[in-house]
Amino acid sequence: MSAARKEIGPPVIELGTIGWLRKNLFSNWYNSLLTIFGLYLLYILIPPLVNWIFLDANFVGSTRDDCSNEGACWIFIQQNIKLIFYGLYPTEELWRINLVYLILLISGVYLLIPNLRHKGWVGAFLLIIFPIICVVMLSGGFGLEAVETRLWGGLFLTLVIAGVGIVLSLPIGVMLALGRRSKLPVVSLLCTIFIEIWRGVPLITVLFMASNMFPLFMPEGVNFDKLIRALIGVMFFSAAYLAEVVRGGLQAMPKGQYEASQAVGLTYWRMMALVILPQSLKMVIPAIIGSFIAIFKDTTLVLVIGLFDFLGIIQFVGTNPDWLGFSHEGYVFAAAVFWVFCYAMSWYSQRLEKKLDTGR
Amino acid sequence: METDKSKIGSFIFNRSVQGIFYQLITLGLVALGIYYIVTNTARNMLERGLASGFHFLGVESQFDIGMTLIDYSPTSTYFDSFIVGLLNTLLVAGIGILFATIIGFTVGIMRLSSNWLIAKIAEAYVEILRNIPLLLQIFFWYFAVLRALPKPKQSLELYDSFFLNNRGLFIPDTVFGEGSSIIFYLLWLTIIISIGIFIWAKRRQNRTGERFPAFYVSTTLILGTFFVSLAATGFPVSFEYPELKGFNFKGGVKLIPELVALTFALAMYTASFIAEVVRGGIMAVSKGQTEAAKSVGLKQNLILRLIIIPQALRVIVPPLTNQYLNLTKNSSLAAAIAYPDLVLVFAGTALMQTGQAIEIIGMVMGVYLFLSLFTSLIMNLFNRFMKVDGER
Repeated sequence: MSAARKEIGPPVIELGTIGWLRKNLFSNWYNSLLTIFGLYLLYILIPPLVNWIFLDANFVGSTRDDCSNEGACWIFIQQNIKLIFYGLYPTEELWRINLVYLILLISGVYLLIPNLRHKGWVGAFLLIIFPIICVVMLSGGFGLEAVETRLWGGLFLTLVIAGVGIVLSLPIGVMLALGRRSKLPVVSLLCTIFIEIWRGVPLITVLFMASNMFPLFMPEGVNFDKLIRALIGVMFFSAAYLAEVVRGGLQAMPKGQYEASQAVGLTYWRMMALVILPQSLKMVIPAIIGSFIAIFKDTTLVLVIGLFDFLGIIQFVGTNPDWLGFSHEGYVFAAAVFWVFCYAMSWYSQRLEKKLDTGR
Repeated sequence: METDKSKIGSFIFNRSVQGIFYQLITLGLVALGIYYIVTNTARNMLERGLASGFHFLGVESQFDIGMTLIDYSPTSTYFDSFIVGLLNTLLVAGIGILFATIIGFTVGIMRLSSNWLIAKIAEAYVEILRNIPLLLQIFFWYFAVLRALPKPKQSLELYDSFFLNNRGLFIPDTVFGEGSSIIFYLLWLTIIISIGIFIWAKRRQNRTGERFPAFYVSTTLILGTFFVSLAATGFPVSFEYPELKGFNFKGGVKLIPELVALTFALAMYTASFIAEVVRGGIMAVSKGQTEAAKSVGLKQNLILRLIIIPQALRVIVPPLTNQYLNLTKNSSLAAAIAYPDLVLVFAGTALMQTGQAIEIIGMVMGVYLFLSLFTSLIMNLFNRFMKVDGER
């Protein structure tokens, strides 16, 4: 009697690790087959990779003779680290770049920590004063020695191009999106043409145009350097993409929001700045960050017009006769760095999306 | 006096008057900007002695191109080099799209698998590949993998017919002998008949509710006719296998390493985006649809074919074409590893030789622009066609 009354728990095979394995990996015969195939795939991929990257790799040394050639030779990266991170920037001036990084890091961390006060001021500092600091610190002036942009390179140059592209293209993109949605036919038509042209062509042709055609457009004596021309190209290109993202947000706004703000007598610009844009930009934040990731990855293309960005410099270092034959290490290192940046951005966007998803 | 003032006021503050005023200003500014650029350009070109116009297209190009799909030699014109570049771009885009679709759909479906391991492997694929710049991946496949392959004598081989070495990928060539044209005519005929069968089966099902196994019947028809005709004409189609002669392979089709690396990188990279598109499309079909289909007694494969796939495709196709377009535009990265595509041949070599930057870059951009606008036109038509009544 009492035995029958005792509650009977679920069978062991549905519980714990075994239950989980049964449910997720071996639920039927073809799933089991797939699992075995997956395990095999991991077996042929992971151990050799781990061996190459870590176990058989050389980390200490100063020349290529210190490499055993059994695994990766990270000495290659280590010996060229200054070139890879800063390009040909003069060594005694490197503190200027590091200071800029430090300011950015401190204010960035400040903005990321929740529940701190004066975030608005820090943001304003980053958007208005920080760019000026950057220009002065990096290119020189006010008693600092001038450093030509042709000496800029490496990860530093990549961050400059991506940073300028991201910061400048957002406002232009918003204006283009507003223009395209405008009721004034001329404005709307011009913005549409502008957006579609930039979006319809590959970035590489834009960069070719920037390096070959820009000099022809300018009056005599006006000579932009190569970096600025590339920056202008990247900026317009990404602005066009952002414009379409922002337009998506504008279109998703319920009509009532427009009508309500007009009903309380807001002018067009106030309506946009106070009611429409804050809501619609919030809606498309994931897509905007997606565009930022794309810009960041696209900065690698500047190497075709002869700028040595992160990838370009790694490619260049690999052609150094002392270090021939280490392209694998270079590419893997570059891939890891790019991956960390891009993945961090997409992780942050997912987090933000969850945090901002308050409306529903 | 008072009325005059209010008249002026109502004129100035009139919405439509303001609108016209703003538009005139915009138009004026844009025209001024264009005028400024055009006059500067004209003066600069005059000073540097640059020619203008499209006469250069008929001039002998005097450079050779490593890979051409049409007859081309240094005595051909610049226009021929343009066509060669364009065809090479379309070739790499075409092969890339084919493989990206296959890999992308596979990975996308894998991500939705109930098998935890398979889903995780697919997720890792997507997260790794889409967060690494495409150019880096192209470099990796070209410099680190294909260039590091063994010499032709130690090629990697598959079934004695596919050979991979540092000179490229060698695959068998199909040779169409006499009488093979009749097979193609029959193939086309059976395909047309099959389409007829599908239409008839659909009509009959709408009318009577009876299903007809159109898929099996038409597949049998096409394949059966194909093989029977092949046998009847005495197998006029044969393969020419690449063979090692001296230091290199002769015969077969040679794919240069630049093409292989580029296609591979483009396909793998774009596949990671296509996988997300596919996953999103399938997940967008609400669960209620599957449950409803189950409750009316449809079998699993019919649920997939009749309920889920048609609805998922409506979500998938627009972003999918967008990815195809991206792949085509990204194929311009060929210039970085010297695959002779439109950008390298025309915006590179031809531009360097003629110096006619505006015409050449204009033509190259025009090609890509045309492809984009053409694709979006098709997409708009597709969306209109697929729109369900009562939807936005």
